[in-house]
Amino acid sequence: MRKMLLPVLLLLAVILLAALPVIGSRALVQDLFMVLCLLVLALNWNMLAGFAGLVSVGQQAFVGIGAYGMFACVILWGMDPLAGLLIGGLVAMALSVPVAFFTFRLNGAYFAIGTWAVADIARLGISQWKALGGGTGTALPKAAVQEMPGIEAIRALIGGSKAAAVDALTYWLALALVMAMLVASWAFLRSRMGLGLQAVRDNPVAARSVGVDPVRLKALVFLLTAFGTGICGGLLFIQIGRISPDAAFSLLDWTAFVIFIVVIGGIGTLPGPVVGVLVFYGLQRLLADYGTVYLIVLGLIGIAIMLFARRGLWGGFIERTGWDLLPLSHAAPRPITPTDP
Amino acid sequence: MAILSLRDVSKRFGALTVAEAVSFDLAPGEALGIIGPNGAGKSTLFNLITGNLRPDKGSVSLDGRDITAETPMQRCASGIGRSFQIPQPFGHLSVYENLLVAARFGGGISAAEAPDYCMDLLRRTGLAALADRQAGGLPLLNRKRLELARAMATRPRVILLDEIAGGLTDAECGELVATIRDIHAEGTAILWIEHVLHALTAVVTRLMVLNFGRVLMIGVPDQVMAAPEVREIYLGIEA
Ligand SMILES: Nc1ncnc2c1ncn2[C@@H]1O[C@H](COP(=O)(O)OP(=O)(O)O)[C@@H](O)[C@H]1O
Ligand SMILES: [Mg+2]
Repeated sequence: MRKMLLPVLLLLAVILLAALPVIGSRALVQDLFMVLCLLVLALNWNMLAGFAGLVSVGQQAFVGIGAYGMFACVILWGMDPLAGLLIGGLVAMALSVPVAFFTFRLNGAYFAIGTWAVADIARLGISQWKALGGGTGTALPKAAVQEMPGIEAIRALIGGSKAAAVDALTYWLALALVMAMLVASWAFLRSRMGLGLQAVRDNPVAARSVGVDPVRLKALVFLLTAFGTGICGGLLFIQIGRISPDAAFSLLDWTAFVIFIVVIGGIGTLPGPVVGVLVFYGLQRLLADYGTVYLIVLGLIGIAIMLFARRGLWGGFIERTGWDLLPLSHAAPRPITPTDP
Repeated sequence: MAILSLRDVSKRFGALTVAEAVSFDLAPGEALGIIGPNGAGKSTLFNLITGNLRPDKGSVSLDGRDITAETPMQRCASGIGRSFQIPQPFGHLSVYENLLVAARFGGGISAAEAPDYCMDLLRRTGLAALADRQAGGLPLLNRKRLELARAMATRPRVILLDEIAGGLTDAECGELVATIRDIHAEGTAILWIEHVLHALTAVVTRLMVLNFGRVLMIGVPDQVMAAPEVREIYLGIEA
């Protein structure tokens, strides 16, 4: 019965979250939109670093590419922003192939530095793109955003301005993205490939000798997370409405905070990033008035967790209770014992 | 035709020669034992056969096909399974999942068939009751059993066993030998490194002696063990 409590609470939380644009204030919707997007990024980074062992500090490259891809679709080719979102994600995934080709030659810290260098090259490259505002950036045409499908229907539902309807739509998309990421990650990790990935994490040499190709699995995760990260980048900048290379390729916003979220929540556990993002949001609200002190406190908490609770808050919870919300294990089949008629 | 053959395989680590022109054939279904002092290059030879190491010279063939350039994954898929001298379990996975990975990847067994296949192997190796236990927490005997079971889960035609009976009590060793005999009886070819001679000779029909990376002798066990040069280097007994 107690085991049912948490899933039921979670279901209620999701229903509440889905209803928020109707019942809550616009400021709260905007706030939680950002939280949900950070969660999408965190779920992706957790797959990369926590499960595939790819500690990238360059995921802002794919946020930026996804966002600029979406901007290009809307501004240069007059497409719908939602179609641009998908194309931005696909472009990020396509570009992750050459990125993987170069960075996979590097190990450990060198891989991290390599991904960061790639992200910076991407930022510098995009700064040269004059049609999208070069180094200073550009704004998304309001008309294009407010003509997205469903905006009128949402206005009727929540009874606000067009801008509020845009906020609601992007918010719902972010919520949908979180759910999709959670379900997809769980399905992937429970699949044959996910099992192989966990074997590689435990012992790469033994994994190879039972037929698991570590590079192939890691490359697959790198590709898929580039897609997820790119889509999230596009969504973020539909809502933000303005883009510049510095904002779209921000190491602090799209990678450093995300790493913090995953580490405090519990790296290598599926619910970890969800816990992490709640703590992050709480701290942000608590310390919002203190400027840089806020960043220092975040850093200190991150370091403390890494030193004293390596598996993060959710990891610690599993250790204490022995119970996981989204277990990845495959139970051995039980022999069918004959029962009395 | 030999299932596995090595031709002039040589490997050096810097100045240290660990394999020097090693050549031998393993017939389908044959069991060949490998003995030699510590540091002779026995485990290295396994790594050369499985592709964990590449030879400097020479070739490794499976069914007459040169596999010297293939990865360990490819060789596993073509039918070479192995155990490690120091057990290498997937520590955070369960015993059952350790086999499941091997069956699904190396063994190419479908999702529908893999569970029964793995449970059957766990029963045969005496691990069934521990199926859901985390592999990282197992004591030595069960780690050795797991090495054997996991190698078998890749459905090998040749299985390489590296000191799988080392460090076990006589009773434990006897059980393991019985299982290995069964595996051999089903037609799997075996290459087995072991210091526990009576375990080895209970299964193998030929012995190969390695010393300083060289094949000192190959032959039937009695003959090999009686040879003065083998007694001298291997048993440390003056002939
Ligand atoms: N990767 C390596 N690099 C350098 N030396 C190694 C390596 N692996 C093994 N050796 C050395 O090669 C020799 C043979 O080792 P090994 O094949 O493990 O011997 P054994 O016959 O006891 O299994 C030893 O002296 C060992 O120290
Ligand atoms: Mg050895």
